[in-house]
Amino acid sequence: MNATWRIVNGRIIDPANSRDEIVDLLVIDGRIAGPDQPVPAGVQEIDAAGCWVVPGLIDMHVHLREPGEEYKEDIHSGARAAASGGFTGVACMPNTKPVNDNATVTAMILGRAADAAVRVYPVGAISQGSEGHQLAEFGEMKAAGVVAVTDDGHPVRDSQLMRRAMEYASDFGLTVISHSEEAALSTGVMNEGPVSTRLGLKGIPTAAESIMVYREIALAEFTGARVHIAHVSTAMSLDLIRAAKARGVRVTAETAPHYFTLTDEAVIGYDTNTKMNPPLRSDADREAIRIALADGTLDAIATDHAPHSILEKELEFDAAANGVIGLETALPLTLALVRDKVIDAKRLVELMAVNPAAILAVPGGALSAGAAADLTLIDPEREWVYSADQVVSKSRNTPFLGWKLQGRAVLAMVGGRVQHNLLS
Amino acid sequence: MATGYYFAHRHILGIEQLSCEDIAHILSTADSFKEISARPIKKVPTLRGHTIINLFFEPSTRTRLSFEVAAKRMSADTFNISPSTSSTTKGETLADTARNISAMHPDIIIIRHACSGAPLLLSRNVQAAVINAGDGAHEHPSQGLLDMLTVKEHRGTLSGLKIAIVGDIAHSRVAHSDIVGFTRMGSEVYVYGPSTLLPKGIDQLGAKVCASLEEAVTDADVVMTLRIQRERQNDPLLPSLREYARHFGISRQVLSLAKPDALVMHPGPVNRGVELNPDVADGPQSVILDQVTNGVAVRMALLYLVMGNS
Repeated sequence: MNATWRIVNGRIIDPANSRDEIVDLLVIDGRIAGPDQPVPAGVQEIDAAGCWVVPGLIDMHVHLREPGEEYKEDIHSGARAAASGGFTGVACMPNTKPVNDNATVTAMILGRAADAAVRVYPVGAISQGSEGHQLAEFGEMKAAGVVAVTDDGHPVRDSQLMRRAMEYASDFGLTVISHSEEAALSTGVMNEGPVSTRLGLKGIPTAAESIMVYREIALAEFTGARVHIAHVSTAMSLDLIRAAKARGVRVTAETAPHYFTLTDEAVIGYDTNTKMNPPLRSDADREAIRIALADGTLDAIATDHAPHSILEKELEFDAAANGVIGLETALPLTLALVRDKVIDAKRLVELMAVNPAAILAVPGGALSAGAAADLTLIDPEREWVYSADQVVSKSRNTPFLGWKLQGRAVLAMVGGRVQHNLLS
Repeated sequence: MATGYYFAHRHILGIEQLSCEDIAHILSTADSFKEISARPIKKVPTLRGHTIINLFFEPSTRTRLSFEVAAKRMSADTFNISPSTSSTTKGETLADTARNISAMHPDIIIIRHACSGAPLLLSRNVQAAVINAGDGAHEHPSQGLLDMLTVKEHRGTLSGLKIAIVGDIAHSRVAHSDIVGFTRMGSEVYVYGPSTLLPKGIDQLGAKVCASLEEAVTDADVVMTLRIQRERQNDPLLPSLREYARHFGISRQVLSLAKPDALVMHPGPVNRGVELNPDVADGPQSVILDQVTNGVAVRMALLYLVMGNS
């Protein structure tokens, strides 16, 4: 496949190299060419007029469901959904069946991912079976290719286990990703507040998240290890993270587009596609998240892409599974923040490419000469409707179905190979 | 009723969807049906040939019986199904159950379910009219309506009254429907209970949250208590029923703070000696059995009205 291109007329936004300019970009044999390299004769051009050319977006929190639940998603379908959303890399959570808690499962995932549309970075489990008792073999998994460890979906209850995980992960340069949730407080199905009372649904208080966010900060501060907080949903958690960062604690954090787009009011009507964990919160929490994206308290936007079929979703709200898909809508929902002047284009690239690459210590996040040509072309103005027939993922569990969106990835290139292309 | 009014609801899912006019119309319809239950031959042919299914996923004695009595007095054919609490244990979802029942062409399905929102899910999957007979901690509209009918009968109005509701507000769909209904009709609803049983944001439904039992009950036109359950899903809500009775129960002494002719109400079944002292529950101010009688009339009205709109 051809891997040499000349991308012309695009606005290059490359914060890692302090670039924001309209200039041509040359890709030769799958790598980004330096400014002095001659343009090969007969090179194919991509006209990026009106588009942003940015380092390939990286989603550091997705569930690809393979192995075990391929009826919801598999590595290839999830990777195609990722590419169509402008992502060139995704980190997949270990709560598969079986759990990715050993090198064999890691190797299987990477084997399947070898010919997927985007780069796939497996995240290993913290504990064996994600059961919260024994540490999984971080060294073995790291050697097989995991980029971080987490018991996402099965929050670590035992504080001693979490402490040991942070300490031991640091020996292998792995970041611990915390799904922060105090189980005893978290028996509900939506945010606890006036809306849960109105709907008669059992609530999950914001404290259920924030208590555990503080535990992770305290442990990271004490051990000196790094910790990354997944899918932050509350203002209180952000205050804790902001203060911890000011003290020099090695904590980073992500949020998901649904938390800065929707509030718990979206649950009115009992649409199970508004049920996720953590739950959609109040307007004050949403506002705090938008501020934290701008001021650096939050480092990354990740989707928590969680495919479910109608078997898990066409149910009573109490009985439905948590989670929504997000790979195909993350970019337009984040572009809305740019239009609302919450963040600028450079910050978008930091949140969706630069910082995820840095936190996971994976390649990418910059359009540096000699680097693999992982890049995304974004048309920030293009209007489109996310209709059911457009969904690339195997699952359709999203509250954004039918939404009129503005801005879209029009091309995604992975190592110089075009994996998604809406340019005519 | 103003000219041009018509009852536009296909389903009765909650008081929240009903306007003042709707509530007034249901209550006046119910009032006109009360006389049927007082006849020697308690049957009218209004719903002859109509099929009504009582689909009760939660145990219920009085509500199910009340709906069945209402349906039979209007000559409908009624069928009772009580699937196991969790239909998923049988591998059949509520949507599946709904489509199967719908294929038998019932006219009305009355549903009680432990999950809030289940009646709405049912209504989206069936042709029949759906009446919510209680869903989770959400709504119990027919109970709210029979409470309003009972108060209206004794007070002559539903506006300008002080309604005190004491007890487990957090888990009570009855409290929810009553707060919305009485507030909408122009009364003020004061709620009180231990903080473990007061849900966040209940004031946004229109309730006034009281700091003491005295504040709730003083000068009340109606004192309504709710059934107490000590523990739910390992959630430590109360240390003991004895302590509850002492601090939150309605005694004769507490009731004396209310208006002299205040009504004592309870959705049943009563824990005598816990939320209500026996002498209050059985005292002259108690209208608990009137509530039960009015329940049949309200449910006849609902069956009639949703059919009139089919």
